[in-house]
Amino acid sequence: MAELRRRLAGPGIYLSMGAFVTHVQSAIPSVAEGIHQIYHDAQILEEQRFADFHVALERPASHRRWLRPQVIFRFDGYTPFKPLPVNQAFALFEWGLNWCITTHAHQYLIIHAAVIEKEGFAAILPAPPGSGKSTLTAGLVNRGWRLLSDELGLISKAGLIQPVARPVSLKNESIEVIRHFASEACIGRVVKDTLKGTVSHMRAPTESVVRAHEQARPAWVVFPKFDTGTAATLKPMAPAQAFLGLARNAFNYSLLAEDGFRRLATLMDTTTAYSFHYGNLEEAASVFNALAEQQRAYG
Amino acid sequence: MHWQNSSVHTADCAIIRALREPTGLVQASAGEWDVIIRQGRRADLLARLHWTLEQTGVLNTLPEATRAHLESAQVIARKQAGAVKWEVRKICQALVNIGAPLILLKGAAYCMGGLMASQGRIFSDVDIMVPKTCIDQVEAALMLHGWVATQHDAYDQRYYRTWMHEIPPLMHLKRQSVIDVHHAILPETARLKPDPALLLAAAQAIPSEPGLFTLAPADMVLHSASHLFCGEFEHGLRDLSDIDLLLREFDTVAGFWDDLVPRAQRLDLARPLYYALHWAVRLFATPVPSPVLHEIDACARPSTPAKQLMNTLLQRALVPDHVSCHDALSVPARGLLYARAHWLRMPAHLLAYHLAHKALFPPHSAAN
Repeated sequence: MAELRRRLAGPGIYLSMGAFVTHVQSAIPSVAEGIHQIYHDAQILEEQRFADFHVALERPASHRRWLRPQVIFRFDGYTPFKPLPVNQAFALFEWGLNWCITTHAHQYLIIHAAVIEKEGFAAILPAPPGSGKSTLTAGLVNRGWRLLSDELGLISKAGLIQPVARPVSLKNESIEVIRHFASEACIGRVVKDTLKGTVSHMRAPTESVVRAHEQARPAWVVFPKFDTGTAATLKPMAPAQAFLGLARNAFNYSLLAEDGFRRLATLMDTTTAYSFHYGNLEEAASVFNALAEQQRAYG
Repeated sequence: MHWQNSSVHTADCAIIRALREPTGLVQASAGEWDVIIRQGRRADLLARLHWTLEQTGVLNTLPEATRAHLESAQVIARKQAGAVKWEVRKICQALVNIGAPLILLKGAAYCMGGLMASQGRIFSDVDIMVPKTCIDQVEAALMLHGWVATQHDAYDQRYYRTWMHEIPPLMHLKRQSVIDVHHAILPETARLKPDPALLLAAAQAIPSEPGLFTLAPADMVLHSASHLFCGEFEHGLRDLSDIDLLLREFDTVAGFWDDLVPRAQRLDLARPLYYALHWAVRLFATPVPSPVLHEIDACARPSTPAKQLMNTLLQRALVPDHVSCHDALSVPARGLLYARAHWLRMPAHLLAYHLAHKALFPPHSAAN
């Protein structure tokens, strides 16, 4: 930990996360702590190499540094966001990485979605914030599903899902829900009063991190919706409706133009789409396990 | 970290060398690629590098992680090229009844004219030129079709309308696209005075695009040179790369090289052309015939101290504004060139008035 902190404050580290290598520099202790705890199983490389993104989290030199210390996110010297209170430094690192990917990785069709995999079949869970997507993802990856991504579903030219083995972001009540649901889950420091409310991050399961270079074939597109007290119901969805739902949740659908259309059309041809309402994580897990079982049995 | 903070020798800058000698990239190390991608991203030249590598057949030999960044940049450039074509069609429709020729400038001209300089180019806005006598009609027609003024400050409006070579930029209400409507290529107050009538008279119709014109080949080069060497260096390297590609493309146009320097003299743009040709040769090894270089030297070479000072400044302003290219003089060099650009735009008394106004009545965004 001391060594990690020293390197982060100095030449920086190269953090491997599946599709990308990020060069990180920061002298802020909570960043080192977050990387140590939440990126525990990630490959940390010290040798200078090609990095997809060069980022730094710094304390801006302003009069606020004593009264209300802040943190800024730098992308290779460029500052895309306004400063935040310094206790949000690790969250800002995660949000900044999301920005790096969504603005620079147009070799993928990027969908705002979680992606999980079992027995070689991947489920894409696109959803706007507040639909319980991250809670469901955190739950399922603690019940035998492999985490491919919590926020960004990356669809390659070949139509496969490229993993980005990064932490799962948890907000507000879902932090306690996951603590209760999976006591073995490693959840980091809880930060209150951010733009997204109370946030924390859950370490990705070791197996997901180790297999972060293994792409997966999508089999399902499931639009989740959390409703307190609702019994888990999985309803087939018309492909056209699912297509529009995916396009709405894609970051670069219009940028990719015809290619984006083709990738989504292929995805609809090779997957089954559902809408999914749930009020309880255990029930949700058994529905998803049944889905995987059925797929394994019948192909 | 031997490749960071490397020497400021401009021609050795990683992205410039990559664009100039693409076949050399087959042997580039991961560390070298790291710097090339970062510099290229900062200079908006990654998509152009993608195109260059595609042309030379090098693209498929690259490491996958590197190629991904080039492809990603190319996706953006391709989308922007499509958007520019769409905007130009919309402008054409808006101006169909004006009866004046619609001359496209810079990126939009390269794009609609199908020139190499449009390849892998990042666009910010669409620049058009119309005769000054039509400018009110053009502005009114564009406003009827949804473009509105972006400068609401009365002083800024007057600044543009009295002194500049363009009216205040217009932005489309729905698409947020910006048009710069020019009636000349340099401000009316500028020290150099290219006559717009000469440019209009020589404009050429784009064969495949009825109603659309570009400047003549030599004038396109001269406009780009004047924009770069009398103006700002924010996209300096990208603009010089455009000039390199224009010169390579027009190499086959009959009489192009013979007419270039005389045309520059007629348009009062010999000095910008001097810098453009020499820096294109120096950074991109552009094949400029040596008689043309002698000809421009004879009529436009600055005095030795002026040349040395400009070299000192330009070698810092033409590299990407990235940490790997910075040295102790980078910031003052860019500052001095910025001051020089203003000096060239206006006579001293107007400049003093303009700066005093900006200092006394700062724009709202700066005051907050």
